[in-house]
Amino acid sequence: MNAPERLARFLETDPHDVGCDEALAVLHVYVELAARDGQSAAERFPGVMVHLAACAPCGEDYAGLLAAVSDDG
Amino acid sequence: MEPACGPDDESAEWLRVLDRGAADHDIGLTRLHERLVRIARAELHRRPTSVSGPELDDLAHQAAADAMLAILAKLATFRGESRFTTWAYRFVVLEVSHKLGRHYWRTAPRPLDEEQWDALPDRLGVDPHDQAEARQLAEQVRAAVDENLTEHQRAVFVALVLEGVPLDALCARDGTSRGAVYKTVFDARRQIRAALVANGYLESSLEKEVRS
Repeated sequence: MNAPERLARFLETDPHDVGCDEALAVLHVYVELAARDGQSAAERFPGVMVHLAACAPCGEDYAGLLAAVSDDG
Repeated sequence: MEPACGPDDESAEWLRVLDRGAADHDIGLTRLHERLVRIARAELHRRPTSVSGPELDDLAHQAAADAMLAILAKLATFRGESRFTTWAYRFVVLEVSHKLGRHYWRTAPRPLDEEQWDALPDRLGVDPHDQAEARQLAEQVRAAVDENLTEHQRAVFVALVLEGVPLDALCARDGTSRGAVYKTVFDARRQIRAALVANGYLESSLEKEVRS
């Protein structure tokens, strides 16, 4: 990947991205769905999926909550 | 949003025991607190952070205590869309993020006197051997930032992208929300991209689609 391509990827924004507030408001619901079936979580909350992939801190919170739920069994 | 259909049995038991009138209310509080400390510790261990030992334990207890207060204050808003514990763990995971954001400034590197635009290509993973390409990229972005962003957008972009300040640390320093900072960066990225497409440095989405 050349420099402009890397930059273009970095600057990419998705209009479906719901933002942090909306994603964090449903994070507990999204995580439980994802723990059972990642595909159904993405289909049910597509804008949340987009956000969690684009926003590093929210993605980290998602990974943390998923780990907590998984450890709980 | 999941329709509220009443909590499952385990969640209902948590709600019962956390009710102030429950005979075993104190036991419930202790159980919940223990869970929150355990989750906070595990989360702090999971994240790539330099915090360890007694300091990590202290942060875990702080996060658990603040999460506990938030959970009890918002108990009436739990709608049974997930298990109670998942809902509650969300508070402590978010508290861990918040605490780490504040903690960053204890050991943060001294801010540089000048903006380090030369660092941008490296941050984007551009091949360091291609210096001409890297220099051109930095110049293009800097010009787009200078000509298109507000002072606030510019300050946030420089802090996050050039200085590598974590987003939650920026929120803690400026007393703002994660959502507000993310929106600022989101808009800034869109504006920079539009400017670089307009001047021909980047391809538009349409051009890219036609080419592929």
